[in-house]
Amino acid sequence: MEPLPILTIPDERLKQVSEPVERFDDELRRFVEQLEITRRHGPAAVGIAAPQVGRFQRICIVDCSITRKPVPNHGHLVLINPEITHWEGYEVGREGCLSVPDYTGNVIRATQIRLRAFDEQGEEHEYEMEGFEARAVQHEIDHLDGILFIDRVVSRRTDLFRRKVYK
Amino acid sequence: MNHWYMLTLTGADRPGIVAKVTQALYEHGMNLGEASMLRLGGNFTIMMMVSGELEAEALEEALQPVARSLGLSLHVDEMEGGLHRHLVPNIMVRVSGADRAGIVARVTGVLADAGFNILDLESDVAGSPDKPVYLMQIAGIASVPLETLEAALAPLRKEGIEVNLSPVETLVG
Repeated sequence: MEPLPILTIPDERLKQVSEPVERFDDELRRFVEQLEITRRHGPAAVGIAAPQVGRFQRICIVDCSITRKPVPNHGHLVLINPEITHWEGYEVGREGCLSVPDYTGNVIRATQIRLRAFDEQGEEHEYEMEGFEARAVQHEIDHLDGILFIDRVVSRRTDLFRRKVYK
Repeated sequence: MNHWYMLTLTGADRPGIVAKVTQALYEHGMNLGEASMLRLGGNFTIMMMVSGELEAEALEEALQPVARSLGLSLHVDEMEGGLHRHLVPNIMVRVSGADRAGIVARVTGVLADAGFNILDLESDVAGSPDKPVYLMQIAGIASVPLETLEAALAPLRKEGIEVNLSPVETLVG
């Protein structure tokens, strides 16, 4: 299977809000497989979302088991119709995106989340996540809502000021 | 492709500097590249890559009126290099301590000896005039493990300089 072409900015389609998945069938599973191949094809992406390849359904893949320094993670996850049910804390971290080539920036994300999502078989799961993996999920769910990390980048100095006030 | 110039502009901060300078550049058909603009000690500072048809001298002439009207000093250098040469940092160094001579030299000296390449350094003085606190954040690329840098920086802690290192793992998604 060939990797799918990735939409890159300023493609307006990246701003589209994706629709929930309603049918958990073979066609869906084939797409998930193709999405995974596309994720692995690029430069070390820990996640990918369906709208990045032009399919506007609430499907994403996250796999934080591949980081340079190991981080707490749930391995390879297919997240369909994902919903974050609880947020806690926040921190600044550096992000890039397959849809935003040659750019990285600092983004504030929740440090702990609870997540509800279906897998490609239509089975519902609940996850508790922290740190890098929680960040990856928030980044991917943003794609499903038509939001890119560049819409959330904070200025160089924000980091320091926030720390001062809240820590 | 036209070559790039590095434009430096500094002067007392006031609203409208960026708008007026970039308007003048636009009117002369110049394109902007990467830039850093920020307020330092009540001054506004601009370091900006620009490219276009104009020769260095003509570019300086074209900008001189707007620079003068805003009270900015202007400097133009021809530069090597260009866009799309970003490097991604893998380590963040945060430093704080009582403001005193040599703190930056000490820390960056240790980093340089370890082959650490600074990509972005921000430093500031917080606290109050009689009790200044020096703060610095450095993002860069280390080619040695974090633990090696950690060990190299440890002696500085005994001198009351707070230094902490953290890995930067850039999320790509």
